Amino acid sequence: MTVTADFNPSFENDRCVLRFSGNLTILRVRKLSEQLKAIEADKLVVDLSEVERMDTVGAWLVHKLERDRGAQIVGATEEQQLLIEHVTQADRPVKVHREPESAMFVVFGEMGAATQTAMKTMVGLVGFFGALLISTWNIIRHPRRFRFNAVVQRFDVVGVRALFIIGLMSFLVGIVIAQQGAVQLRQFGAEVFTVNLVGRSAIKELGVLMTAIMVAGRSGSAFAAQLGSMKLNEEVDAMRTIGVSPMEALVFPRVFATVMMMPLLGFYSAIIAIIGGGIFCWISLEIPPITFVQRIREIVPMTDLYQNLIKAPVFGMIIAMAGCYQGLQVEGNAEEVGLRTTTAVVQGIFLVIVLDAFFAVFFTSIGWL
Amino acid sequence: MTRNQPIIEVRGLSNRFGDQVVHDDLDLDVRRGEILGVVGGSGTGKSVLMRSVIGLQTPAAGEIRVFGEPMIGRDEEEAKHVRRRWGVLFQGGALFSTLTVAENIQVPIREFYPGIDHELQDEIAAYKISMSGLGSDAGAKYPAELSGGMRKRAGIARALALDPELLFLDEPTAGLDPIGAAAFDRLVGELREALGLTVFLITHDLDTLYAICDRVAVLADRKVVAIGTIPELLALDHEWIQDYFNGPRGRTAAAIDKAEKAEA
Repeated sequence: MTVTADFNPSFENDRCVLRFSGNLTILRVRKLSEQLKAIEADKLVVDLSEVERMDTVGAWLVHKLERDRGAQIVGATEEQQLLIEHVTQADRPVKVHREPESAMFVVFGEMGAATQTAMKTMVGLVGFFGALLISTWNIIRHPRRFRFNAVVQRFDVVGVRALFIIGLMSFLVGIVIAQQGAVQLRQFGAEVFTVNLVGRSAIKELGVLMTAIMVAGRSGSAFAAQLGSMKLNEEVDAMRTIGVSPMEALVFPRVFATVMMMPLLGFYSAIIAIIGGGIFCWISLEIPPITFVQRIREIVPMTDLYQNLIKAPVFGMIIAMAGCYQGLQVEGNAEEVGLRTTTAVVQGIFLVIVLDAFFAVFFTSIGWL
Repeated sequence: MTRNQPIIEVRGLSNRFGDQVVHDDLDLDVRRGEILGVVGGSGTGKSVLMRSVIGLQTPAAGEIRVFGEPMIGRDEEEAKHVRRRWGVLFQGGALFSTLTVAENIQVPIREFYPGIDHELQDEIAAYKISMSGLGSDAGAKYPAELSGGMRKRAGIARALALDPELLFLDEPTAGLDPIGAAAFDRLVGELREALGLTVFLITHDLDTLYAICDRVAVLADRKVVAIGTIPELLALDHEWIQDYFNGPRGRTAAAIDKAEKAEA
């Protein structure tokens, strides 16, 4: 059995006879279709009597010869004839490619779409905040609707399980701040002010900001993915039809838990960062722990801690809301869940940092230096 | 391989997930050129059987031969040559969501025959699309833009891309409306006529069984308890088979089949 199909063009009575033999299958068509193009004779006759096997691609080639060049087909078995007929029937104009759009159109189209999405998200988030306030009010009026178990479970996932990673991160950042600060301050002989640097930056900014970023990455993304897949699975719709409000059952426990956990985690993070800085000061700058703690108490005003504790729940709310909002926007396919999760994290962190800037200006102007 | 040798031979197949035994010493033959319907209650391992045959699930024990070649323990390169001789339609179509329908059909062609020029690839995709009964604008669409029935048709077009000798269909008519399901049955029948396919068809659809299946294999009690034509199965005294074919749905399907045959 020959593996390939060959054909011999020969001239009989001024007609060009293409006698195929062997297998007329996809395996051979690449060469065949080039060779066939090279034949320039007019009156073609295709002889299939020596073909052993033919698949639809082979039939397609034969059909094309018939269609484009008026070839006459002889010697086809019944099966081959059937196959060629089948392919002939399937020869209808089909759009295979998308029509390309002009580059100008694409660029402006994307800019427009991005602007539109940004506006929609802004409006959507505000609307979502409103809906959340309404369901909070409903829960306050009907305290039995407060889902205690769901909230406690979120406390565990958002708070307790984040302790290790946030602690480790804060500890390392505390050491880095102290070490880098010490190098710079040494140039002025002011190494001892490393304590000020570590204490104030950790309590006022770093603790809460780093925690916010970590929570956005851990929990904001998880909220978006959870709610997104529930949305895809029509679980959210099922909830609505049963009469359970997804806002109260899904969104409120998550937002509430994050709002409650963020100040605790932020405070914890600040303390661990200070411990990290303290250990560096002890080992490297030879400031004993007792002195370090005393200095911290002198240097860090209570208002720094207040700032930390005021900012943390706000950040928590923003992160949880961005996560839940994006999750509930999922529609269509699983790919969307991934995209929305990414958006939730990016949006959460971005909004946190923007708000942090506002907070900084605000607290400075009310005299909380 | 001789003409009479079964195209799929399964011997002593066992599958288990943890403590749960799905198949135990299961035997099955699929003959060349037939459409074999595989039926069974939920959880009897119809899909697991198909996954074992196409090599997505490594069985605990047993032997599987497809086209006379052993499938278990083959290395990837060798298995590839067998794989290009079959096409698989998964339940949801399993189209690649980032590619258009035409590109989906071209994936196996590009993978196995990289030298084929783009013009011919497009032509192949085009006639596969109209063969599988999709509209003329479907080729440029993404799977998300298609309805469930169209997705299945696109899936079958991709399964047929390499002109397979053997086609696996996993519940092809599930989720289709009766008209769409009947059209799909006709399509499978026509393709078998035209391309000489052997079809391994998992289904719950009694109409499909009556309309196109040559033989039906019944999975129950972790085995193929019976295999044969529908009249042969009806003659058997097995509780599940009797319930299945003589339930209200079974009787309706049988009556329709009778009426259609009388007309023809």
